[in-house]
Amino acid sequence: MSDLQELYQSVILDHNRKPRNFGTLDGATGTAEGKNPLCGDQVEIAVQLDGDTVSRVMFTGHGCAISKASASLMTAAVQGKTRAEVDALFDKFHALVTGRADEADITREALGQLVVFSSVSRFPIRVKCASLAWHTLRAALENDAAGVPVSTE
Amino acid sequence: MSTTTTLAPQPVSLAPLAPRADFPLLAAQPSLHYLDSAATSQKPQAVLDAITGFYSTANANPHRGAYELSAKATDAYHDSRITIARFLGAADTDTLVFTRGTTESMNLVANAWGRTHVQEGDEIVITALEHHANFVPWQQLALAKGAHLRIAELTSDQRIDLDHLESLLTSRTRIVAITQVSNAVGSITPVAEVVRMVRAKSPAIIVLDGAQGAPHLPVEFDALGIDFYAFSGHKLLGPMGIGGVIGTRARWLECEPWQFGGDMIEWVNDHDSTWNTLPHKFEAGTPNAADAVGLAAAVRYLQQLDMTAVREHEVALLEAAHARLSALEGLHMYGPPASQRSGVISFSLADVHPHDLATILDQHGVCIRAGHHCAQPLMRRLGTNSTARASFYVYSDGSDVDALVHALTEAQRMFAHTPA
Ligand SMILES: Cc1ncc(COP(=O)(O)O)c(C=O)c1O
Repeated sequence: MSDLQELYQSVILDHNRKPRNFGTLDGATGTAEGKNPLCGDQVEIAVQLDGDTVSRVMFTGHGCAISKASASLMTAAVQGKTRAEVDALFDKFHALVTGRADEADITREALGQLVVFSSVSRFPIRVKCASLAWHTLRAALENDAAGVPVSTE
Repeated sequence: MSTTTTLAPQPVSLAPLAPRADFPLLAAQPSLHYLDSAATSQKPQAVLDAITGFYSTANANPHRGAYELSAKATDAYHDSRITIARFLGAADTDTLVFTRGTTESMNLVANAWGRTHVQEGDEIVITALEHHANFVPWQQLALAKGAHLRIAELTSDQRIDLDHLESLLTSRTRIVAITQVSNAVGSITPVAEVVRMVRAKSPAIIVLDGAQGAPHLPVEFDALGIDFYAFSGHKLLGPMGIGGVIGTRARWLECEPWQFGGDMIEWVNDHDSTWNTLPHKFEAGTPNAADAVGLAAAVRYLQQLDMTAVREHEVALLEAAHARLSALEGLHMYGPPASQRSGVISFSLADVHPHDLATILDQHGVCIRAGHHCAQPLMRRLGTNSTARASFYVYSDGSDVDALVHALTEAQRMFAHTPA
């Protein structure tokens, strides 16, 4: 598989075309908006926390296939995780897309379906596309007490 | 929809106007298809040689030293100003003030003329086509002064709606700032018509953003009948970090200095100062002489090619590209027909986001721009966040068009493979 075919593998294209958990979330406990000012990509993340556990995440917005697929796969990956677990998973994901997964001893198992993003590390200008939803989720989680939307860059 | 898309398309046989061999970066990468010249052009060897030549034979601080080498640097800088001003059709060559480029030029005019001439309740007219460099300085000036910013809207093919523009002009309009050529969609402004309208309806000064005009069209400042003309050297084969603004002498005399320091002063007393004359009054600090020399070399290179030929070459490429791209299913092109458009093709492809396109095309050696092109007000009106943009210049040829079309077809194929 070429780098390009790996970047745009079927899982990513599928989530781009039919994003999961796409839409607004009634009863959200935290929301945040993320923007990539460089390209105009935009994502809104809404989370519902049950105690310290993420019970639901939904997103809306527009962007490229990488950012949409990343948001879509993220919403599935974090469901049922505690905030600390979400943080830890983001760290692993970030290591993956920036090409540091091996040196950080992160296994494919630890990443689950998110491994489909491993080739992003060979397209450095696309790292921001892949991580936008995660940064925004983190903001939405920090934001849960007040429950008001914030904007992150 | 064309029924011939399955046939092997005819390659576009169009030679470059300027040999690739003249451009070291292109010569070193024969398979590279550089289609982002609207962002910045490649540089011919002649320009690189001129810059090196300045540093290796004439480097000293212009205007300062009382020795021969400094005089040589001053002359080189001065001669560059003459060459560039004449290329842009300004006979009074000292009315060309060097800046870092169009952005700085617009900020200069907004500060040097705008701050002293725009009052509360006055109006500033711009258009929805503008690059942020010709948008935000006026927006901020209006905010600072309590003036009203008026934005001329566009036709459905992204040309300035002249009727709407005309309806915005009043006796309170102080500034009309307008692009000569849109960087995002390529539309060429009918400047003569705009000038006639503005002069008939308002006392406003006319500021033209020539960032995309100067590289692609013959420009005759003295014949345009405008007040200020801003441009960037790096888009017309010159180095980054140099550009300028030409103004009529009458308007320059109305300007106050906007940056203070060396070179721009005549005499500094303890508690006040007097100013140097044009153009130095608006060029505070050590000038970018080396890049001015480089830009003069770029201008001479373009003069040899002839700007009419440059325009004709781009129209030929545009027409060829337009024909080929129209045959692609799901491809939408923005902007007016080739006769009213510079060498820019802004487009979208159904189901493939511009960023994904740019990545895929890059893997095929085709460099295009994806994004808002520093024209977010325009993108809002197009109802999108970004478009893909391919842009041509003197070294572009038919093979660039072929490579673009081929790579787009590959992108479509790749995205079509999604399982249902
Ligand atoms: C139409 C237009 N105006 C202004 C600018 C700003 O030019 P610069 O970035 O060289 O100052 C550009 C280039 O990006 C442009 O295309």
